Amino acid sequence: MSEISLFKVTIDGEEVEVAPGTTILQAARQLGKHVPPAMCYYTKLQGSGGKCRTCIVKVTAGSTKDPRPMPKLVASCRTPVMDGMVVANETSPEVIEARKGVTEFLLINHPLDCPICDQAGECHLQDLGYEHGAQKTRYDFERRTFDKIDIGPYVQLHMTRCILCYRCVYTADQITDKRVHGVLDRGDHSEISTYIEKAITNDFSGNVIDVCPVGALTDKTFRFKSRVWFTKPVYAHRNCPKCTGKVTLWYKGDDVLRVTGRKDKWGELEDFICNTCRFETKKTADWVIEGVVNVDRHSVISQNKYTLKAEKPVVPELASKHTGEGTWDHQLK
Amino acid sequence: MGKIKILTKDIGTPNLQNIDVYISKGGYASVEKAIKTLGPDAVVEEVKKSGLRGRGGAGFPTGMKWSFIDKTPGKSRYLVCNADESEPGTFKDRYLMAENPHVLIEGMITSSFALGANRSYIYVRGELIYVVRILQKAIDEAKAKGYLGKNILGSGFDLDLNVTCGAGAYICGEETALIESLEGKRGNPRIKPPFPAIAGLWGMPTVVNNVESIAAVPWIVVNGGEEYAKLGIGKSTGTKLISAGGHINKPGVYEIELGVPVEEFIYSDEYCGGIWKNRKLKAVVAGGSSVPILPANLITKTANGEARLMSYESLSDGGFATGTMLGSGGFIAYDETACIVKNTWNFARFYHHESCGQCSPCREGTGWMEKVLHNIEHGHGKPSDIDLLVDVAKKIEGNTICPLGDAAAWPVASAVRHFRDEFEWHIKNPSAATQPGAVFRNEAVLA
Repeated sequence: MSEISLFKVTIDGEEVEVAPGTTILQAARQLGKHVPPAMCYYTKLQGSGGKCRTCIVKVTAGSTKDPRPMPKLVASCRTPVMDGMVVANETSPEVIEARKGVTEFLLINHPLDCPICDQAGECHLQDLGYEHGAQKTRYDFERRTFDKIDIGPYVQLHMTRCILCYRCVYTADQITDKRVHGVLDRGDHSEISTYIEKAITNDFSGNVIDVCPVGALTDKTFRFKSRVWFTKPVYAHRNCPKCTGKVTLWYKGDDVLRVTGRKDKWGELEDFICNTCRFETKKTADWVIEGVVNVDRHSVISQNKYTLKAEKPVVPELASKHTGEGTWDHQLK
Repeated sequence: MGKIKILTKDIGTPNLQNIDVYISKGGYASVEKAIKTLGPDAVVEEVKKSGLRGRGGAGFPTGMKWSFIDKTPGKSRYLVCNADESEPGTFKDRYLMAENPHVLIEGMITSSFALGANRSYIYVRGELIYVVRILQKAIDEAKAKGYLGKNILGSGFDLDLNVTCGAGAYICGEETALIESLEGKRGNPRIKPPFPAIAGLWGMPTVVNNVESIAAVPWIVVNGGEEYAKLGIGKSTGTKLISAGGHINKPGVYEIELGVPVEEFIYSDEYCGGIWKNRKLKAVVAGGSSVPILPANLITKTANGEARLMSYESLSDGGFATGTMLGSGGFIAYDETACIVKNTWNFARFYHHESCGQCSPCREGTGWMEKVLHNIEHGHGKPSDIDLLVDVAKKIEGNTICPLGDAAAWPVASAVRHFRDEFEWHIKNPSAATQPGAVFRNEAVLA
């Protein structure tokens, strides 16, 4: 095979070489720094992306051939790179401002019920809120609400929390032959639904829980069992006739409270797992344990992820004279 | 300015919807000329020369759009006519289609021939079912005469022309949402690129044109692109249908040569016939509800004091600070009794209702603006609401998948820009402002 010439892209002043056809977001992920947040894009789901607008970046030069800047901010998840493209992500005040706007839009109709939400701790919207949100809302109207719907025996849809990323729709499209799951209605009153509350009977339907960036689709076998940060993730596998059988077990003490697919650094599933593995195989004896999961980037369960960003409380004069014990800095050590 | 009419010249002839009457007026000459003498490339060349610009709102040169189509052999190409006219204030396409359906059919045949499309669609807005019937009858007549179907006029060119019906969603007027809807899916706009010229209907190269653009093609082919380019002014060539509505004496569809002064258009008896009841003009929305609203003092004259003309360039003179857009030609005039806050709320309500909900800024932002405007209009506004509106509009604009976000943000942003004192009056005097018929007056902007 002849060698493919790589495209050189500059993101926030750092160069990376990527294969043609790579999107700006993928290039940024290869670079590993200055990665735009993505709420709707999902590498494994064909057609996903472009909707949430959190990943928007500024293209200050289109390519070496045509170095004109792009007129509008573009969705990095759906914009392929060109050779010589220059992208501003965190270095562009315009991008930061727009992203703040998008975060605010995503939150105005979100119930912010994190204290009772199973997703809290591993929620992408929480991450986004911490990183780009304002401290106070400017929205003083009633938020849209929906009744909870059971989609089959294992999954509950809590539409009130949904940010309409369409990931579950693409998942359902990918795992089933017929259209079973889609979006009804329009605008801010649109809702994810199955055809007249019909259950998704497919053996892989549980994956919609894992792809959901928020707590709109939750595991009924895990509801209210524990906060995720009190559980310990462990890699395990089993010989499964339907899927790869490679999963993450979430332990509390000696009990497996929850089984999920394995997620990569960007919170995306490595493999879709079947419903038998996910919902019905919850004994340690069923699994071959591989080892503890090292949670690095993802979410607030990664300890102290946000501690350093939090504002230090103002401690009056005393602090300087004090030995340091009991101060914020001391606590961090 | 001349009084030439191109699209509407025969309207008024009895039974113009009948193909024999239409042919007796010189109809279908462009099909004969294109197929027998010109050939496809020459037709595209004539349209390019004509300088015809898309009449749906964006004003993109039609000939250039045609030349972008992917001509890879073996790939079928499609021409889709966007007849999903839903912009508030715009009602020109349905008038044209109902009164003179054959001009559109003729344009579709000639344009499809030029693009090498063997299957073409006219996507009509769901509410206009009577237009669908008129068009279907016209297609059947054209087929019987040999202008449609297999081997048209013995040339070997086949064309299957279909009329399809939307379900009444404004968003399906956006070309990629229209294509999705045509494919039988939910009418969500696609993320571009790829553009329809590369991958459109069924993933094949597709051109989507407005009714009026396609209807102008027959005249251009018969009379030559250069003749068309002589009409109009500068880069705004030819004629344009304007749907005039609101507080004027003679509402209706007028075909104007581009470049008519706005003042003449409003006050001359040939067009709108002045403001009704001898009232003063307060504001104008010049190109359908999406374009920025302008106060009367800025609509007849530009910020530099020049007379403003009905053309793409003149109306957008001054950018959004003091200008607007020709858009789709939905010309709405407001007299001194009109309340801008109420009008803006009404527009915001429309966009909130019509947002497809796919991307977050438009989905959430349109609803937010509507609620804030509802509060101001109903006497519950807060002083901070005005800046909030501007900020929300700014955060929607340019950050959405399709232009609906812009279309929702512009009317709100421009209303606040030009009529801020009226918004402030509503917030400061809630009890007076909510009285029936109460209107804020600022003599400086009236004309």
